[in-house]
Formats: sequence, C-alpha cells, structure tokens
Amino acid sequence: MTAAATRSTAHSIVEASPRTKAFAGGLVILYAVITILPLLWIVATAFKSQSDAIAYPPKVIFEPTLEGYVNLFTVRTRQTPDFIAKLPPPETWYDKLVRKRDMVIAGPSKVVPRFVNSLIIGFGSTFLAVFLGTLAAYAFSRFRIPLADDLLFFILSTRMMPPVAVAIPIYLMYRQLNLTDTRLGMILLYTAVNVSLAVWLLKGFIDEIPREYEEAALVDGYTRLQALRKVVLPQAVTGIAATAIFCLIFSWNEYAFAVLLTSGEAQTMPPFIPFIIGEGGQDWPAVAAATTLFVVPIVMFTVLLRKHLLRGITFGAVRK
Amino acid sequence: MAQIRIENLRKSFDQFTAVEGSTFTIDDGTFFAMLGPSGCGKTTTLRMIAGLELPTEGKILLDGEDVTFHRAAARDIAFVFQLFALYPHMNVGENIGFPLKCQGMARREIRERVQETARMLRIEHLLSSKTSKLSGGDRQRVALGRAMVRRPKAFLMDEPLGALDAEFRHLMCGELRDLHDRIKATTVYVTHDQLEAMSMADQIAVMNKGRVEQIGTPQEVYDRPASMFVADFIGSPPMNFLRFEGGLRSGDRAVSFHDTRLAVPEIREDRASAPLALGVRPEHIRFADAGAVRGEVFGAEYLGTTQIVTVDTAYGRVAARLPSSASVRIGETIGLEFNAERLALFDIGSGRAIRTESVEGVRHG
Repeated sequence: MTAAATRSTAHSIVEASPRTKAFAGGLVILYAVITILPLLWIVATAFKSQSDAIAYPPKVIFEPTLEGYVNLFTVRTRQTPDFIAKLPPPETWYDKLVRKRDMVIAGPSKVVPRFVNSLIIGFGSTFLAVFLGTLAAYAFSRFRIPLADDLLFFILSTRMMPPVAVAIPIYLMYRQLNLTDTRLGMILLYTAVNVSLAVWLLKGFIDEIPREYEEAALVDGYTRLQALRKVVLPQAVTGIAATAIFCLIFSWNEYAFAVLLTSGEAQTMPPFIPFIIGEGGQDWPAVAAATTLFVVPIVMFTVLLRKHLLRGITFGAVRK
Repeated sequence: MAQIRIENLRKSFDQFTAVEGSTFTIDDGTFFAMLGPSGCGKTTTLRMIAGLELPTEGKILLDGEDVTFHRAAARDIAFVFQLFALYPHMNVGENIGFPLKCQGMARREIRERVQETARMLRIEHLLSSKTSKLSGGDRQRVALGRAMVRRPKAFLMDEPLGALDAEFRHLMCGELRDLHDRIKATTVYVTHDQLEAMSMADQIAVMNKGRVEQIGTPQEVYDRPASMFVADFIGSPPMNFLRFEGGLRSGDRAVSFHDTRLAVPEIREDRASAPLALGVRPEHIRFADAGAVRGEVFGAEYLGTTQIVTVDTAYGRVAARLPSSASVRIGETIGLEFNAERLALFDIGSGRAIRTESVEGVRHG
C-alpha cells in the first residue's frame, strides 16, 4: 500500500449529517458567547465614564472616553476649582480630561512597573519551568533511572494539594531567605509549582517521539546534547508550546502567593488591580482598563504559539 | 570496511540477561544476519556494536581496535532502523546529507556526495521531496542513503524491511543484496524473518534466549542444524521431531527407533540411553507402503509446486512436503519413509545435535 492510500483510509470516518453539524456549530457559538461576552464587557467598560460603568440598566451604547486609561496610568489629587482656574492652561489632552473632574495629575501610577514585574516573573518562571521540565522529561523518557516511577510520583504529588496550602511555611521560609517581595523569589516559586506539570506533560510528548531519531543522530556523529537540541526539540515543539502556555497562564494569573509575598518592588498585576478600586472611589473603568491590558500578553502568546499547537508532531516520518 | 569481533559479550538489565557471553567474528565484507525470535538478544547485540547500548561484560573490536566503550559517533558505523527514523523536519536530500553535516563537511561536497548516493539508490528525483510524501520503499532507500553517504566501516541494520509490505520486502531484499555486492561493506543485519536471512546473508547467526545457537552459511544452518531450536526455527514448515529413547554407539549407521531399526548417517559419539529426537525435514519424507513409520493423513495444504501433507503418527504429527501431483486422501493410512542421509539426531535434554557424519564440525556460538 502506498502512503497516499494509507492516508485516505485513515480519514474514512462517517460524514456528519447536516443536523449534527448545525447542532455542533450551535454549541460552539453558545460556548463562544458565554466565554467572550465577559471579556468584551470588560474591554467596553474600560472606555466608559465612571457613571456609565455603574449605570442601571447597563449601557450598551455609550460615549467612549479614555478616562479609565488615564486614571489607570496616573496618580491624581483633588483640588478646588479656584486652584485649577489659576493654573496655566493644560498642556496635554489627558491633563484636560483630569481637570474636568477637578483634579490635577500628581505623577505616574505604579501600573507600568507592576506590569513589567508580571512580564518578568511570568515569562521568567515559564522559561525556567519549561527548560528544567524538558531536561527532566527527556531523562525520564530515555534513560534507565533508578526509582523513576517513584520520582515521577513524587514530582506529581507536589500538585496534589493546592499550592496555597503551603503558603505559610513558604512565607516563613522566604522571610528567612530574604526572598519576600523579590522578583527572584516569585520566579523560583512559580517555577517550582510549574515544573511538575511541565515534567509530566513533556514526558508524554517526548515518549511519543521515537528514540530512533536521536539514536540515528548519535550514530551519525552528534553528541547526546546536540541530538537533543537539533533532533528531539524540533519535534517536541508542539508539546513545549502547549506546556509553556499552561505554565504562563498559571504564573500570570496567580493571585494568592502574589498577595502574600509581594507588596511593593515585586508586586505583580493580579494583586495590583484590586488596589485601583481603592484609589479615588470605585473606579471601575480604570479596573477594566487594567484587566484589558493584563489579558493582552497571554492572548498574544497563545495566538503566536497556536500554529505549533495545531501541527502534528511526527506525521509521516515514521510508518505507523 | 572492517572486521567486527565480538568477545564474551554479555548484557543484563537488572535481573534480566539479554545477551549471554557470545563470541564470534564477522569478516570484512560479509553480509552477516542475526536471526532469532523477538527477545532473543539480537537487537541488543546490534545496539552494543553500534554503541547505543553499553555491554555489561565483554569486548567489541572493530578492525582489531577495542571500541567497547567508544561513543557511537566515534565508531564510524552506520545504523539503519526499522522505522527508518527519517527526520520529519528535513527533506530527502537534507536527511541523506545529515551525517556529513554532523561531521562539518563543506556544503558543496555534501551536495556532491548526496547526489552520488541518490544516484546509486535511484532516488535522485526525490531529493527535494518531503519525507512524509514517500512510499515505504522510498523511505527505506532514503534511510539506506543516509547510512551509505558517510562510507562507514560497517552497516548495522535492525529489521530494516520489517515495516514494509510483503511484496516490497521481497523487492528490497534483492536491492539490498545487490547494493552489498556493489559496495562490499561489512553488514550486520538483524531480522526475525528466516527468508530474509536465508536469501541475503553470507553467514547467519541463529540466536535464542541471549545465546548464539549456531553460526554458519544459510545451507549449513538449514541442512546441519546444531540444535533443536535452530532446526525448528529455520524452515517452513519446520523440521519434524520424532521422539524415542535409546543409546548410541560411535560408528553405528542405524538407531533403534521404537520397534524398528532406522538407517541414519554414521554416528560419531557414544551415548548412554537417553530421550532422543529424530529430526527430519518435510522434504525428506516419502510415502511408501513399506515405510517404517505409519500414520493417518490429517490434512493437505496446497502450495502450487508442492503440498504440505500432515500425518498423525504414533510419535506425533509429521509434516511432509510432497509434489503437488501426488494424490493424497484425508483419513488414509500410509507409511512414511525417510531419506536416511538427511536425518538428524538430537539430545532432548540439552537440545544439542548428536554428532554424526553429516552434522560434524558445525559452529556453536
């Protein structure tokens, strides 16, 4: 049988009826609405004025304003109208916007440093977890390791309780080690939580790659490390991408440890966003603006890696 | 090209011994097949020669040089895998050129060598194709190309035709042998398929449970099996074994088989009475009314030029290969006559062949 014939038979599944297709399509649309609507609402709220944001019944059509974003990025002080009248005319559009509310800008808010913290801690811990996870998974997959099963179970067992259950011991430990409120501390913590997931996920993917590939490369002149880098990794890309997305989502969204262990220097976005509510009344548009910004990197990361997620790992290379 | 010598090679995994102290030499330019059922240690032996597995004990010498603990890359040998192991992220040309790239050869030279190799395998037109688009046979050719391109000291092949369809396998058998005759490379070929081994190899090592049972030319292992295992494993249908009890005297030309005397090749060893087996290939059986062993025809399998007739005798079921023109009725009682010169005797306890005129000097592993 030729390769083409094999392929055609592999896909000879029963064709779905139009009704089944319509039903399936309906379900997908319903699911999309349920998941996307809240996101759209947040994106919209970020462009509302404070009164529109809490209007009842909720406003779907409203006059868009950038107040939410301005409030998010600045710290403002309330002044008397007399004081504001005496000031020189506003230099920028956002000065003008703020003065309409009887306020002046006192300086930038902390959102940018917090966002940068989130980026460094999120991507840093993801990189470390995937890096360590790949090496460990490769070793578990390819070498005879004494007590391999027990070790794997031990690694998995770290995920058998919610990480927050060990929050207090970790807090005490971090205080001793001076790791509280440091980016390094948060990166290490998230790496530790993610690495077990990474090892398990990646082991599954690497197990799927026939070991003949590296062995062929080993015989042909590569060292073990070169074979891993140039032969195994290109084929594990799918698994690595999926694992990286899972790890990033966890460390990006993590709230409990971030609240407990960071307060200033290393604070990430999740504990920072609730702070915005407190600064100057219930500023929902600013919160929504922060949330929108917060969601963007993870959406971008997922979209960028999407093509790897969809590609088959070893299709056609090995005859099954 | 090279001579490969294996000395007392042993490999165990935890409790399990995969290969037990085998010693043999594969001469330069030989097509050497390692044949045996799965789990017999043939692949492990091959992987140790390749350096993909380290032996627990013993030595591997390539052209006299001890390479037992050398890295795979340092041995200058090529390995062809059953699943081809073509890199899916490279096209055919890149796959074939990969070993040269590993060695850091200049790009122009790589291109020339790849072209030359592809011409030899008649796959020049495929060089820029994706490996996923190829048929099984072409994939195998690419895998061979990747092995040949480096001009290694030896080729190691692990069931390279195992993943092919029967007809393709036959075709590739011919191509492989032809290729070997042209480049005269020492080749170690692992297979569980006796037809592949018999049709291609100069020498066959029959392995069982980690041991080499016999090494010899295809004719030797077929005609003069060193053990019951070899006799049973090689040949289709396998050799018939008729059990009996008796003693043997050197120089005798007949044995007491139950109530009769059966002519056998001259016996070359003395033996006290023990359970023995008379081995007879199906093609060395004739139907004759005067035959010493009688039985009832159980069934017949038509194969074109010959037919395999199974006969139930008092000593077990026996398969005979007869011309397809012979008329056979199921249920009929017939006599069986054996070709005395081709009979073999085995000691059931050890499974070893009894030394006779015809089975003398066969090489054990």
